[in-house]
Formats: sequence, structure tokens, C-alpha cells
Amino acid sequence: MSTIFILIAFAFVVAVALLVLKADAARDILVKASALIIAVLSIWLAVDFFGSGEDQWVYAMEGTHTLISNAMLVIETVLSVIVIYLGIKYKKYLASVFALIQAPTMIWFELTKGHHIHVANNIVIDRLSVIMILIVGIVGSLITVYATAYMKDFQHHFHGPDRRPFFFFLMFIFLSAMFGLVVSNNIVWMFFFWEITTLCSFFLIGYTKTEEAINNSFRQLILNLIGGLSFVVGILTLGIFYETLELSTLIAYGTAGMGALVVIPTIFLVIAGMTKAAQMPFHSWLLGAMVAPTPTSALLHSSTMVKAGVFLIIKLAPCLGMNMAGMMTMLVGGITFLLASFAAISQSNGKRLLAFSTIANLGLIVICGGIGTEAAVWAGIMLIIFHSITKSLMFLCVGTTEHQIGSRDIEDMDAMFAKLPRLATFMMVGIIGMFCAPMGMLVSKWAAMTAMIDSGNFILVAIICFGSAATAFYWTKWLGKLSAIVPGRENIEKNVPKEETLVHSMLVLMAIAVCLVFPLVSKAIVIPYISAIFGTSAVAALSSNNMIIMCIMLAVVLILVLLFYGKTNKKVVDIYMAGANMGDNLTYMGSMQTPMEQNLRNWYMESYFGEKKMDLIGVFATTAIICTVVAIAVGTILGVGGGF
Amino acid sequence: MIKMIIAVLAYLILAPVVGGVLAGLDRIISARMQRKVGPPLFQPFYDVLKLMEKERITVNNAMDFYVGCFFLFVIVTGCFFFAGMDLLLVIFTLTLASVFLIVAAFSTGSAYPQLGAERELLQMMAYEPMVLITAVGFYLFNGSFNVSSIVNGSVLADGNVHMAFPYMIGIFVGFLYILTIKFRKSPFDLSMSHHAHQELVAGLKTEFSGKTLALVEIAHWYENVFLLGFVFLFFANGTILGYVIGIVACLITYFFETFIDNNFARMKWNVAINTAWVVALIGMVNIIVLYYL
Repeated sequence: MSTIFILIAFAFVVAVALLVLKADAARDILVKASALIIAVLSIWLAVDFFGSGEDQWVYAMEGTHTLISNAMLVIETVLSVIVIYLGIKYKKYLASVFALIQAPTMIWFELTKGHHIHVANNIVIDRLSVIMILIVGIVGSLITVYATAYMKDFQHHFHGPDRRPFFFFLMFIFLSAMFGLVVSNNIVWMFFFWEITTLCSFFLIGYTKTEEAINNSFRQLILNLIGGLSFVVGILTLGIFYETLELSTLIAYGTAGMGALVVIPTIFLVIAGMTKAAQMPFHSWLLGAMVAPTPTSALLHSSTMVKAGVFLIIKLAPCLGMNMAGMMTMLVGGITFLLASFAAISQSNGKRLLAFSTIANLGLIVICGGIGTEAAVWAGIMLIIFHSITKSLMFLCVGTTEHQIGSRDIEDMDAMFAKLPRLATFMMVGIIGMFCAPMGMLVSKWAAMTAMIDSGNFILVAIICFGSAATAFYWTKWLGKLSAIVPGRENIEKNVPKEETLVHSMLVLMAIAVCLVFPLVSKAIVIPYISAIFGTSAVAALSSNNMIIMCIMLAVVLILVLLFYGKTNKKVVDIYMAGANMGDNLTYMGSMQTPMEQNLRNWYMESYFGEKKMDLIGVFATTAIICTVVAIAVGTILGVGGGF
Repeated sequence: MIKMIIAVLAYLILAPVVGGVLAGLDRIISARMQRKVGPPLFQPFYDVLKLMEKERITVNNAMDFYVGCFFLFVIVTGCFFFAGMDLLLVIFTLTLASVFLIVAAFSTGSAYPQLGAERELLQMMAYEPMVLITAVGFYLFNGSFNVSSIVNGSVLADGNVHMAFPYMIGIFVGFLYILTIKFRKSPFDLSMSHHAHQELVAGLKTEFSGKTLALVEIAHWYENVFLLGFVFLFFANGTILGYVIGIVACLITYFFETFIDNNFARMKWNVAINTAWVVALIGMVNIIVLYYL
């Protein structure tokens, strides 16, 4: 029995235990212990796997194949019934309709066609799977630890029934499903885990059961059921026309240079990936997900849900490139990256800004998958790694900020440095990590940029040039807000629960450590993965010189901060205020001899980058692209499969 | 390797001298354009020396740190450039330096620097696409992002070595345009300015004083020389003649920027971003041409 099965089963068992466990203290201990065990098991699996030096571990599972497939089908059917029921109960009939189409189709396919198709390997662990397992196992577990403290505070403010057992049940089911998803080679199995993550997010978003939460949870459900439907069509075409249900077979077409042959199933699978990865026009579910408690957002944005979407697209990268599926992926990802980056400028709500930034970064990863070259895949995988760590750090910091200062608005984060110096520092590391040299996201964006230029697609060149400019703008203005030093504020850091600080610190350390060792990660994991998949001797998208320079720069900045930050032997004087400074650096004597308070606000440039405008353009453009491609695909299917 | 070290050392030592002299020339030429005599050529050096002797004050204990990092990374940027390294590395390092300067201004908690910093950010957003497009253009023309390769000119289909200039004229014009923003000249001296018509007091650098302000000045000399290095790249083809043309082009460019500075009033921030992005789109057209060259 391999560690991966223990991981999936363990997370599942813990989830069930948490569902029945009602006492706070017991839950705390169980969550923390399980998080530790999951993290250790993930690391153990990784060490074991890399130690073996093999490209992949395959598990045929001949004996249990039918049993597991049938069990999955039964569970899927039960879940579909639940969705249909909930759709009717809350008058969201669209959800019921989608479930009503999806479930019978899958049952029909499984019973008539699926059972006849031989699956050689149901489970395959390769290096990309291991990277994902590490992300889910470490970042995901840290978020659950954070949630123990956060949800206590949350319940304290929230005047509703205590549904925390259900909350933690969902979180661990989510982790379990993610482990299953990233190792499934049988695409029907992957679909099972895929749908579980959709449903977990649905219940997590609707956690508070307020009207807004219910609406947003159904929006997530409906959009992801569209993706699920697309996934089903992908399975059907792959099974019926190509007589296979294995992802590895599909990818093998791509690496043999015959991506165009399998373009139809690829298109539908990619669309499924794009709904999960919150690409336009499906992106609104991720913005709606903000109503959920912060650990949910952190989980959805960093290590699970959306990462499942980009994982599938990066996995399919060899089949993409200069064919219809690839072009669609590049354009949709590109438009999403550009417009989401613009829209982020107009956001003052910290969580919404983070959501737009997630959408934009996922867009970047989707572009990389779409380009489908070795260099692009390298950049895509690096983006996944860095984004998971940094984005979870940012979300968890904003969550703590919200509980401490009572607001998640960036405008209220004035003087954060005085009130919560440690938290502000963590956030500053996170922000630098999201966009600036010498941290990881920039390094991978750089690689993505060169891949885009080499792809010969000049639209992408324009998109990355303008998008990067916008990215730097919205992050730096937040960074500035945090860094402002305002005297005379009380330090309220002691109110932050120690679990939260612990998780923050670990994520900060990980964010920095991964940036320092990423040339090694590239050499030991990512390059071998790409070489194995593409069958070529791949090289990193960045020269090793440039990678090492980035690491040295980071080390220099760290040393400078440690040596010199906050030390001065100069005389500290009041700031200039145009009127007489009243001595507190906040008020000055106005011209009418009355004290005036200084008050500064950031730029949001609503008339340029208003969210509504960006939404409209983006949804219109991407819908047009996707509809065109789907229409061509459906036409082709009907033309070829007219007889069945 | 030795060539590289010499280039970096030359930059470290000569750039502030050249930058300072250029600043002095700028002031003399500006004065002449206004029928005035102007200060001595070395006035910028006297100013900086005087700043060094001012009273040692600051508004908080963090600002100087950020300014110091800005100074360091501006120099590092130039070193990367003159060592012949990757243009994108150069651009990203320059962004890091700019972020430090902006954070330094924000950290003061003072209104004028913060407003200046917001405007500086806006300027960054305005010029960044064009700067990146310039780097992409050189890459497409030369096949390498490395300055050491670009400076030797590029071999085109006819088998001869060419300078980038006529082929990248759209990008060159675009780069000249955003150079006005980078040099902080009118009409785009939004975030800070030497001139008395500044409604933001001294904008971003209002709270900087003494040695800190001197560092910012010297950093700008370094930065200006390195930016002119970009202009030089458009004309370099590895021959002495190319080098001469390149240096002459840099001087003309600098004069041109001074001329613009003296003939335009400051414009609103909208104009800066609108026009700079339109210019960047024109640069993109040049990129498409280069793809098919």
C-alpha cells in the first residue's frame, strides 16, 4: 500500500471524525495532529518518490478497478440527487438541470461504454503530482491549523448555529479529494474527485447560509457544473472516439506531435479546467466565494480548487500549442490575465483585490499551459508553486487583519505598521513575493514572458507588457499603505491568536526559502518532469545565471533588512504639513486657526479600470472565443460520429 | 570577463561624473533657452556636497533604509546593464529600485511625499509597457536579451551586421517618449521636480533631506547614464563608427529632452498614461514588424 492511498484515506477518516466531534478542544487537537501527520506523510511520499529516481509510479489496480469505479458512480449519483434537491429547495433550478443532464449521461456511459474500455493504469504518480501533493499537504494543512483559531473568533462574531464540525469535515474532504485528483490517471476517477471539490467549495461558500452566501454558493456550483458538463463531454469523446480513458494516453498523442488529432476532447477538458481556474467568463464564482470565512478563501485560492483547474491544463500542455485548443487557452488566459490585473487596480477591498490577483495569476498559468512548450510548462509549474505559498500567506494575513482592525479594506490599513508591526511585515513580504524581483512570482513571470515571446504570439506579448505594469501598480500602492509609519498608535499584536501567527510565520519562511532554493527545485524536479513528459532534454526557461543572480539579490535584501532596517542615529523630526504640525504628525493648524486632520487615500482609477467595464469586455470576448471553438468542436463530433 | 569587470568599474566611477556634468549642462542650456546665464557647469556637484553637510535629521527610522536600498539597486541595475547581462533582469531590478523609492516616500506618513509616490507609481505604470516592449524588440532583432550580444549589432538575412535603429524606429520613438517620464522632465515631472512650479512642494522627495537627498540625486545621475545606455543600444553595431553614432545620439537625445522640458508646461496625469500607452501600442506595431523581419 503506497503512501498516497494512506493520505487519501487518512484525510477522509479525519474528516468523518471531525463531523461527529463537537467539543472545541478535541477538535483543535485532532485538526492540528492530523495536519501535522498529513504534512509529514506528503513530505515522506515526496522523499520516497524522488529517492527512487523513477519518472513515475504506476498503479494498475486491476483487481479493485471495477469495485472502485462502481462505488464512485454510486457516490456521484447520490451527490447529484443532493444537488438536484438543493437546486429545487433554493429555487436554483439551473443547478438541478445541469445535475440532471450530467448524472444520467455518466451512468449511461459507464454502463454501456466505459466498462469495455481497458484502463492499464488507474493511478499514476509523477513529479507534477508530487509537487501538487506537497502543496496540498503542507499549505492546505497549515490553512486548517489557522482555521482552528480563526473559526473560534468567527463563531464569536457570527450569530448563527455552530456548524464548525461540518466546516472542518469539508476542509479535510477537500484535501482528500485533491490528493485523489492529482494522482488519477483514469479520467473518470479524476472526474469523481473533480466533482467532490466542486461540491466541497459549494458547501464551504454557503457556510453562513445568509442570502448572499447561498446565492454565491449556487453561482459557484452552476458555473462549475458547466465545467463538469464539459468534462463529461471530454470523457465521452475520449472514450468513444479514442477508446481510452487514460490521461497518459491523451498526453502521449500530444508529445508525439499529434495534439491536433485529439483536439476535441482536449478542448472540453480545458474548458472544464478553466471553469475551475476561474477564468473569464466563469471568474465570477471566485469573487463570490469571498463571502465565506477567510480559511475557505485561502484554501480555494492557493492550494486546492483553482489549482486543480490549472493542474489539468498544465498536464494537458503537450496537447496544446498551435492548435485550436491551444489558441483558445492562450487567448482566454491572456484576456483574463490582462483584464483581471486592470480590475484589481480599482479594488479597495483587500480580499477582492486578492481574488482578482488570483484570477490574473491563474490566467498567466493558463497561458503557459496553452503555449505548451517546455519553457512555458516550466514557468507554469513554478507559478503554481510560488502562487500557492504567497497567496495563502496573503489571505491568512488579511483574515487576521480583519479580525484585529475590524475591516478588510485597504484604506483602513493605515498605520498597520504601528498597530500590528509583525503582521504588516508578513504582508509586505507577501506583496513583494507576488510581483517584485527578486521573489519567485516575478522569476516565473519572467520565464512565462520569454515563453510567450518565443511562441510568436504577439498578442500575448502586448498582454504581458501591459498586464505587468498594472500588476506592479496595484501591489505597490498596497505595499505603500502598509509601510506608512504613523506614531502614537497602540500596538495590538498581542490579540492575534498564536496559531495564526505560527501559520503566518511558517508561510513567510516557506515563501522566502522556496525563492532561495528554486534553482534546485527546477533542476531536481521540474526539468526532469518536463524531460520525461516531452521526451526531450529540457532546459530551464531562465539561464542558471539569471536564477542565481535572483537568489543572491534576495539574500542581499534579507541581509540588508536584518542589518539596517529601523536603525537610525539621526535626529527624528516632525513631518512637513504645509500648516504648523500639531506635533502628532496627523493634524496641522489650518488657515482658519482650527486643527485639521490629514487624511490620504489611494488611487483606484475607477474611470480607467472599473470592475464592471473590465467584466463586460472580458466576459464578452472570452465567451465569444469559447463559443466559437465549442461550436467547431461540436460540428466536428456530429460530422464524425453521425453514425453512433 | 575582464572586459565585463572593466565596464562595471567604469560605470561605477564615471557614471556619477558624467551624470553630474550632464545635469550641469542641462541647467546651463535651460538657462540659455530662457536668455539667462545659468549656474557653473559643476553646480550639481556643489549642491550635492552641500547637502552632505546639512543637519542630520529624518522623520522616522525606516525612510533612510528604503532610500539606501533604492540607491544600491539603481547602481546594481546599471552594473547589470554595463556588464552586458539580460535586459529583462536589468528592467526588473530597476523596478525593484523604484519600489524602494516609492515605499520610502510612503513610509514618511506625510501627505506630499505620499501624493508624489502615488504619481510616481502612475508614471511607472505609464512607462513600463514601453520599456518591456523595447527589451522584447531588441530580443527579436538580435535573438538575445543580453546587452553584450545586442551591443555587437545583429546579423540579418542579408548576412551583414546591422544596428537596430532603422528597423526599430517605432520602438525608438516610443522609448524617447517615455524617457521624458523617466528623466522626470516636463510635461511629465508629476511626482517630483527641481522647479519652483511644483504644487506638491518637492513631491516624492519632500521629506528627504541632507545626505538622504544627496543619495537620491546621485542615484538619478547613475540612472540617467544607464537610460542613455539604452539609447546607445539602438545604434551600436560593434564598430567604432557605431559607437560614435551611438554617443552622438545620446547627446542629441539629452539635448532634446532638455528642449522639451523647457517648452512644455506640466500636463495632467491622465495625459501621461493615455499617451504613454498609445505610444506603447505603436511600439507593438514595430514588434509585429520585427516578428516577420
